Amino acid sequence: MSIAMLVFIACGVMAVVGAIALILAREPVHSALALVLVMISLAILYLLLGAAFIAAIQILVYAGAIMVLFVFVIMLLNAGEEVRTNVSRLAKWVGLPLGVFFLAEMTYSLFREYGNRVAATTGAAAPVPASTQDLSIKLFTEFVLPFELTSILILIAVLGALVLAKRES
Amino acid sequence: MVPISYYLILSAVLFGLGVVGFVFKRNIITIFMAIELMLNAVNLAFVAFSREFNQLDGLIFVFFVIVVAAAEAAVGLAIVMVIARNRKSLNVEDVNLMKF
Amino acid sequence: MEFVTHHPVLVVSLIKIAIALFVVMTALAYLTWFERKVVARIQSRWGPYWVGPHGLLQPLADGIKFLFKEDIVPPAADKLSYVLAPFLALALALTTLALIPIGPATISILGQPTQLVISHSNVALILLFAISSIGIYAVVLAGWSSNSKYPLMGGLRSSAQMISYEVSLTLSVVGVLLIAGSFDFYDIVGGQSGHWYHSIPKWHIFPQILGFICYLTAAIAETNRVPFDLPEAETELVAGFHTEYSSFKFAMFFMAEYANMITVSCLATLLFLGGWLSPFPETGAWRWQLYLPAAGLIIAGIGLIVGGLRGVQLSAKLVFPVLGIVCLGVGYLCTLPGVMPVIQGPFWFTAKVFFLLFFYVWARGTLPRFRYDQLMSFGWKFLLPLSLINLVVTSLVVVLRLR
Repeated sequence: MSIAMLVFIACGVMAVVGAIALILAREPVHSALALVLVMISLAILYLLLGAAFIAAIQILVYAGAIMVLFVFVIMLLNAGEEVRTNVSRLAKWVGLPLGVFFLAEMTYSLFREYGNRVAATTGAAAPVPASTQDLSIKLFTEFVLPFELTSILILIAVLGALVLAKRES
Repeated sequence: MVPISYYLILSAVLFGLGVVGFVFKRNIITIFMAIELMLNAVNLAFVAFSREFNQLDGLIFVFFVIVVAAAEAAVGLAIVMVIARNRKSLNVEDVNLMKF
Repeated sequence: MEFVTHHPVLVVSLIKIAIALFVVMTALAYLTWFERKVVARIQSRWGPYWVGPHGLLQPLADGIKFLFKEDIVPPAADKLSYVLAPFLALALALTTLALIPIGPATISILGQPTQLVISHSNVALILLFAISSIGIYAVVLAGWSSNSKYPLMGGLRSSAQMISYEVSLTLSVVGVLLIAGSFDFYDIVGGQSGHWYHSIPKWHIFPQILGFICYLTAAIAETNRVPFDLPEAETELVAGFHTEYSSFKFAMFFMAEYANMITVSCLATLLFLGGWLSPFPETGAWRWQLYLPAAGLIIAGIGLIVGGLRGVQLSAKLVFPVLGIVCLGVGYLCTLPGVMPVIQGPFWFTAKVFFLLFFYVWARGTLPRFRYDQLMSFGWKFLLPLSLINLVVTSLVVVLRLR
């Protein structure tokens, strides 16, 4: 049981526990905290997959800015406890077994496709950890149009949020 | 090292849990957070594939998904604030003016 | 013992973490003593004097007081967030210290060669910003979970301030990144070695003076220190985001603030002040600078012995000469050929961090506070455009130099 496998199992369990806590939590703030836990465990998994820059961006942008925005809005709107709903019996008795069945089928087909083989760790076929330099060269040569479009998108989003959230005076 | 199928199964489980949260929750903000969970699960699949085929395109896509999710969260939460102001409630069932 | 031979890297990392934690916690405690002494001298009074020689045991007394105070939990508080917030603050503040290198040398612990950093990463700078951006949750959760109006307002204000100045903080560092070309601290400090005209060191503060000023201002705002500490001070008259916290949890917030100060100062030295590089050139005529750490420690030792024997307090007369002899011993150790090349880096690094911390404390004793609206408009309308101008000018110069 290598250290990589241990880290994967720990972070995987943390992510799934966080996702279940997101669904089962009563207070929205607890759901937000659970989602932050999921994002941090996913960032550790990105580190394990050799994408260090993406892991840092995930924590910096997603967990450190977007989720803070969520928490702010929850606190400003004073979102109280969530009303407990009666989950329909159809969902419980048919949905859950169907979900488990789909998961088992997906696991089976994934294993059949990719098998249990592990990416080679040494030699010519070994994956190289993505360096920031290669990533940025690709971003600014091949993908420069989406880059510029997303910057315009962010500008539009800022303007839209400002206009929408203004109080009618 | 860890086989790629493990990462893909984890991504599928997280995406499924995100869908469950999206369908069964009543609070608008929690539904929004379930959407973010789905986006995160997809990001994990992209990064795993990028590692498997040793290409950087998956990581570039993840970068753009994160940026677009940021823009979407900003506008979406502004809309949520307007709804909360108008309907005086964060329950998604109370946004029913156009119900037949 | 078999564990040690099978996992040498893990054991060496654990040893480095233990040493770093011990050093940082002691530095934290004595930073509070230092701050109280310096602010007191600025205000023409003595500061801590009675608890131990010249108040040196004051941090210990404060720690014991915090441990033994009654731990009050507001009854309507949200238990999970209330307990999580101070732990999160302290854990994040201490985690960032794992990424900071203090010297270029490679020493060997337990026969394993290792660098003077706990975790050498090639995206260390952006990971550090990522970890400190999660520290905002501690503040906002502390304010919200106390279930009371004043902590909630204080928490929201404080976290809004931290978010606003975080943008300027990261932008003011991008100029340094453009010059250095890498996120790795070793590359950034390596790019600052050498001297212009054999006299001025090539530190990033000289081309990036605007970036340094922006960084320092944003860092003071980010760590909630004077003159930007309105959310925890004005409301200090009434509350503040850590009002409803008592005893050890409050102490954790306190420690987290000082640990953040130390981290930000370490980052400023690495990025702008040349990290572990000495300001003197490395040529043959300047070889006497290798004896500076030993000389400094020996002078401090002699000063302690003489000052202690001439002092007024009885405890000072007993304790300071002993401390002076210890300093002399350590100073002699620094002249040994095995230790001397290794101690150069950490010596200069510690000296620069100490200078920046003194600047922090000096600002606290001298400047009045900003009002909250002044603070926010300063951050968005002045500091952010300034950082952007710095970024644009730096990138223009870098591109023109490349041609």
